Amino acid sequence: MSERQPILSVRDVKVHFQVKSNNAWPWTPKKTLKAVDGVSFDLYAGETLGVVGESGCGKSTLARAILNLHPAKSGEIVWMGKDLRQGTDKDWLAVRKDIQMIFQDPLASLNPRMNIGQIIGEPLRVHRPELSGAEVDKRVRAMMAKVGLREQMINRYPHEFSGGQCQRIGIARALILEPKLIICDEPVSALDVSIQAQIINLLKELQREMGLALIFIAHDLAVVKHISDRILVMYLGREMELAEKHALYDAPSHPYTRALLSAIPIPDPKLEKNKQIQILQGDLPSPINPPSGCVFRTRCPLAQERCSKEEIVLHAVSDKSQSSCLLV
Amino acid sequence: MSLLQVKNLGVQFQTPDGYVYAVNGVNFELEKGQTLGIVGESGSGKSQSVLAMMGLLAKNGKASGEALYNGQNLLAMSPKQLNAIRGDRVSMIFQDPMTSLNPYLTVERQMTEVLQLHKNMTRREAKKRAIELLEAVRIPEAARRIDMYPHEFSGGMRQRVMIAMALLCEPEVLIADEPTTALDVTVQAQILSLLKDLQRDFGTAIVMITHDLGVVAGLCEKVMVMYGGRVMEYGKSDDLFYRPTHPYTIGLLGALPRLDHDGDTLVSIPGNPPNMAHMPKGCPFSERCAHATAHCVEVLPALEAAGNQTSVLRACHKPVAELQIIKEKAHV
Repeated sequence: MSERQPILSVRDVKVHFQVKSNNAWPWTPKKTLKAVDGVSFDLYAGETLGVVGESGCGKSTLARAILNLHPAKSGEIVWMGKDLRQGTDKDWLAVRKDIQMIFQDPLASLNPRMNIGQIIGEPLRVHRPELSGAEVDKRVRAMMAKVGLREQMINRYPHEFSGGQCQRIGIARALILEPKLIICDEPVSALDVSIQAQIINLLKELQREMGLALIFIAHDLAVVKHISDRILVMYLGREMELAEKHALYDAPSHPYTRALLSAIPIPDPKLEKNKQIQILQGDLPSPINPPSGCVFRTRCPLAQERCSKEEIVLHAVSDKSQSSCLLV
Repeated sequence: MSLLQVKNLGVQFQTPDGYVYAVNGVNFELEKGQTLGIVGESGSGKSQSVLAMMGLLAKNGKASGEALYNGQNLLAMSPKQLNAIRGDRVSMIFQDPMTSLNPYLTVERQMTEVLQLHKNMTRREAKKRAIELLEAVRIPEAARRIDMYPHEFSGGMRQRVMIAMALLCEPEVLIADEPTTALDVTVQAQILSLLKDLQRDFGTAIVMITHDLGVVAGLCEKVMVMYGGRVMEYGKSDDLFYRPTHPYTIGLLGALPRLDHDGDTLVSIPGNPPNMAHMPKGCPFSERCAHATAHCVEVLPALEAAGNQTSVLRACHKPVAELQIIKEKAHV
């Protein structure tokens, strides 16, 4: 794998927010919320990276940092050999042709006052102003057919569509520029089970057809299993485990990954009733004041004294998996 | 006599476009300590059927049929009679714990109110009991936490407060309307194991409403699958999960991303969830069903025993044997 050049490489990215503390005087210094704290990964062309974690683990912030929607405080985001963090607004415009995003709430991410032909065509009008109106219309119709929307719907407005159809519109809008990477921020969490499967299958099909790379964010390890090649597990802004799909599901190395896996209910009464669930005690600690050492140690069943003292880095466990746990 | 017996329950809403029949002909019985799972996608009528039982329908809604709790019909009661039962003998947990707790009142005030009303306790006794319950749902430092406001709790804790509140009067029936849908999987696992423990300790009967078949598998003895306001399949959870007989149940099981199977593609159900204002004359699932014929679109299938499996009721025109063949083909 090392001989291939990654199309995106993220190195030690940190996104910090300044927040007011509770009941503070106006002059008390603000506190720092470390939403993403030193995340690194590589992404290769045509590959899918699943990013998984509980709410508040920084997975959406990471996605937004890649697109500069929340500027990163430090670290490197290298796209095709160019560090995006040094880029000017003009550079960003060019990059966004290649990196597109699909959002969680399908209806809220579509402008209610535009019809879907305008919505899907808008990226073309921004990034490819040289195209004629007729050409834009042709491409929009072709894209609609590709994502499974009937051409006759082109003049309808977002409120006339169901959640699954709105998500298809979002996908069409992201794909119309023929990007190289699509960041999907929980694209199926708001959808019904039968529709979830439709959207996941659609994304896989389009990926095969267009050679897309995907970053697929979800809070559930079962969903990403069907689409990812590699999976990144995050907790409180840090990386816990980064592994190839089979390595992660067959032999999870980090206790947090194991807890996440065991928490997913299996639709099989016998297996489910007899399964040993490893229930995590307590709640997520505050990202303003995270635990020292390993951030997961306060809820970890295996935590030892050294977990609070030693520095935690992601290290290779096998050639297919990296873990941040000191004990493996 | 069953603890809760629902007979031919229906819910209609009057809308500017005419009547919408959200729930049609739902029947089930629930004994003490049993758990029933009601599974369906959005718009299947699963929530409306329990809201009807609790007298919580929107103003334009009307319930028909009977819902007998210990022989008394909940649907025919005046609000005053209902108030004596709901919250006391039958209580409910809602999906969104933030919007169903009162943000202006401390948790203590909201919990003691229930006990003062139903059990004539003094505020001090009530507080003591409330703290016990918060400890039972494993809220750390319950005695201190009880004086906090809902916004000071995390999502999972709020849901545990809701559960504690529903259990204050030791109800015989607990209705849980998607109690874990808004929560993370790890918190969901906490809440589900909590519900199992509470059922063991208090012997509460639970009606669990969810769209996730996985949640139902570990908790429920009986499962009812609903679609478009009608019951598609109803039976013991073992039968339903291992030998589903309805195309919709088979579809739902295939569409579920699961950890215990290795297959790469999910089998999706084509089409969109039903529009309740424009239902087909026949089987509500016929629009999306791969096996549907002209007969299915025209004639509504009755909910009947499935072939030789008498413990399962299904509403489908296709004989079970034919579906089995198709199912096997799909697996190969």
